[in-house]
Amino acid sequence: MTQTVDTDTAHDGAHYKLTHLKALEAEAIHIMREVAAQFERPALMFSGGKDSIVMVHLAMKAFRPAKFPFPLLHIDTGHNFPEALDFRDRLVERIGERLIVHKVQDLIDKGIASEDPGPYPSRNRAQIPTLLDAIETYRFDALFGGARRDEEKARAKERIFSFRDDFGQWDPKNQRPELWNLYNGRHQMGENIRVFPISNWTEMDVWQYIMLEKIEIPELYFSHTRDVVTRMGQYVPVGDEPFGPREGEEVTSRTVRFRTVGDMSCTAATDSPASTLEDIVAEVAAARASERGARMDDKTNEAAMEDRKKEGYF
Amino acid sequence: MTSNTTESDLSTSAGANQGMEFSTDAYLDMDLLRFLTCGSVDDGKSTLIGRLLYDSKSIFEDQLEAAESASLSRGDQRMDLALLTDGLRAEREQGITIDVAYRYFATPKRKFIIADCPGHVQYTRNMVTGASTANLALILIDARHGVIEQTRRHSFITSLLRIPHLVVCVNKMDLVDWSQETYEKIRSDFEEFAARFEINDITFVPMSALTGDNVVNRSTNMEWYQGPSLLHHLENVHIAGDRDMIDPRFPVQWVVRPQGDEHHDYRGYGGQVASGVFQIGDEVVALPSGLESTIKSIDIGGVEQQYATPPQSVSIQLEDDIDLSRGDMLCRPNNQATSGQNIDAMVVWMAEQPMVVGKKYTIRHTSNEVRCVIKDLRYRMDIETLHRVEDASDLKLNEIGRVSLRTTRPLFFDPYRQCRATGSFIIVDEQTNNTVGAAMIVGETS
Repeated sequence: MTQTVDTDTAHDGAHYKLTHLKALEAEAIHIMREVAAQFERPALMFSGGKDSIVMVHLAMKAFRPAKFPFPLLHIDTGHNFPEALDFRDRLVERIGERLIVHKVQDLIDKGIASEDPGPYPSRNRAQIPTLLDAIETYRFDALFGGARRDEEKARAKERIFSFRDDFGQWDPKNQRPELWNLYNGRHQMGENIRVFPISNWTEMDVWQYIMLEKIEIPELYFSHTRDVVTRMGQYVPVGDEPFGPREGEEVTSRTVRFRTVGDMSCTAATDSPASTLEDIVAEVAAARASERGARMDDKTNEAAMEDRKKEGYF
Repeated sequence: MTSNTTESDLSTSAGANQGMEFSTDAYLDMDLLRFLTCGSVDDGKSTLIGRLLYDSKSIFEDQLEAAESASLSRGDQRMDLALLTDGLRAEREQGITIDVAYRYFATPKRKFIIADCPGHVQYTRNMVTGASTANLALILIDARHGVIEQTRRHSFITSLLRIPHLVVCVNKMDLVDWSQETYEKIRSDFEEFAARFEINDITFVPMSALTGDNVVNRSTNMEWYQGPSLLHHLENVHIAGDRDMIDPRFPVQWVVRPQGDEHHDYRGYGGQVASGVFQIGDEVVALPSGLESTIKSIDIGGVEQQYATPPQSVSIQLEDDIDLSRGDMLCRPNNQATSGQNIDAMVVWMAEQPMVVGKKYTIRHTSNEVRCVIKDLRYRMDIETLHRVEDASDLKLNEIGRVSLRTTRPLFFDPYRQCRATGSFIIVDEQTNNTVGAAMIVGETS
């Protein structure tokens, strides 16, 4: 055993400089291990989007060479991009972890969830009962989510350990104080928490980390040619029904990419020639619109996110 | 990167975005500064944060537009900057900040996390929460009013939570004709009372958040001020020395133990380095067992490295198979944490239901959870006057006191002044499961 570090320099902080990405990584690993230790039945919410892919990567840092002490959980809206589902399945196979898929359609068929009325039905709302059903079915007491505080104003005030009642509801006025790196996960039967290990990351941090760690992400994030229609001033991808063009909409082929990957029915594409991670990082640095600006589900009203969170949305 | 063209009252800071170009290499070499802003609506705190976010291009057009349209629909004359930062509907409707909000921005030199805290006395617990992870505190003083009771309270909390760096922003200098005399008076008033506190690094910046003077760019209205702008100081303040690299403390959080044949012999002790440096080959001692071993390997997710420093989360393997589990701690044989059950601590109470002497609570300290009983409330600190109230019988919401308690099992701790990670704990109510107190260890009770 040899010592490779000169102990005379051990007091010099600069010698052991820790970049902000490594500091954020360390925080996320700590949070994941804390949940593993404090809860009986956690699960990691996995959507196939970049944030949840980063979460899986962080879980590998926290628990390898052992398996994750929890499964991955995908709330499948049935409105996914086919590319995202392919990616999900390949990733799960490569890392050899357990994936649970809970389908919104099954809950709609049972009459527990329902489609939104209106001309552009989104399945955002239908995700809520589906998620709660998964929690009940598998008796999950903690769910990891990839939400970040920079995404939206209501999130900026949410704790890393976010408590929910039996109905999955968030009470913003009654949050536990969260100090230092001490997380209080004590809960009653039936209560569960949402845990956000990358709360303190920004969109830029996520992209930089993906680049630094060479993390594979779906092709949807890179520039490609795609058929879109212009709807509410945004480029909406078209595909097989129910994602076809509506009356009066003209399909055009554009060079686009997605900054965020949600449902096909509510994720807009942006014009972009960015075909590498370096291009994307440069684009994010110059961007003048927020990431959630491409999510039509947040545009309904000013407090849209806060309302949905109170109802049990992530 | 384009120059800003957004029409808002923030765009008066011409050229602020110059020099904000990011290069990939620089970004990967940035460090992280967490800072706290404390103040009330009237101090111009929201304006200051809005300007920092805006001038570093951290506010997007759609977020600005949303705030502008919300201001218009409320009938405001111009965009209310607080709308950019006040997140919850109740806060927006009442125009107050009731909780800690975290905000993010970066310059080519550093990434910043702002814990944006409300300033009033009824939100002391929120400020303490924000302060617990901060390297630096920004205290705003309205130049027209000078040092007031709130300034003293915020400085006391900064000192109590041992935030290493303090910046006193003497704001609204435009309203006192950029007067050097006014600034110097405030500065000497502050220094006079701050001498009672243990704050090592205090910097003063005269500024106007509204006009942007000395926030990002040096002011041309205050030629008499020779110091840096606020942002320049935030970018350059030396924080590498804030980490304790001397006293090795590693609370074991999670045992990484693969079940398959492939890694049959692997047994990693996962945790976040609380302080000090751990290297391969180091002799370590495990608390509470007192058993000694040597570090065989250090890895993150199976990728090996030679050493680990705070606040890295790593897995450590030892040469010997000793009994070690969550809640235990690795130290060096010649530099160990105190092991004890009688704790003397400063406690900030955070719940409506007061702290009661004689009551049992659960505490969380590092990766440990133990029960305790409150033995004594030695005094309560009056945070308005900073006097000790010796005959206090309980601690109410937002009150701070010196408390003696006894734990059911030993804790492995250091004084908070030496190590924030091993010197802090939270108090949990066993009926409600709520976090009801935050504590900073002074030492063992004598």
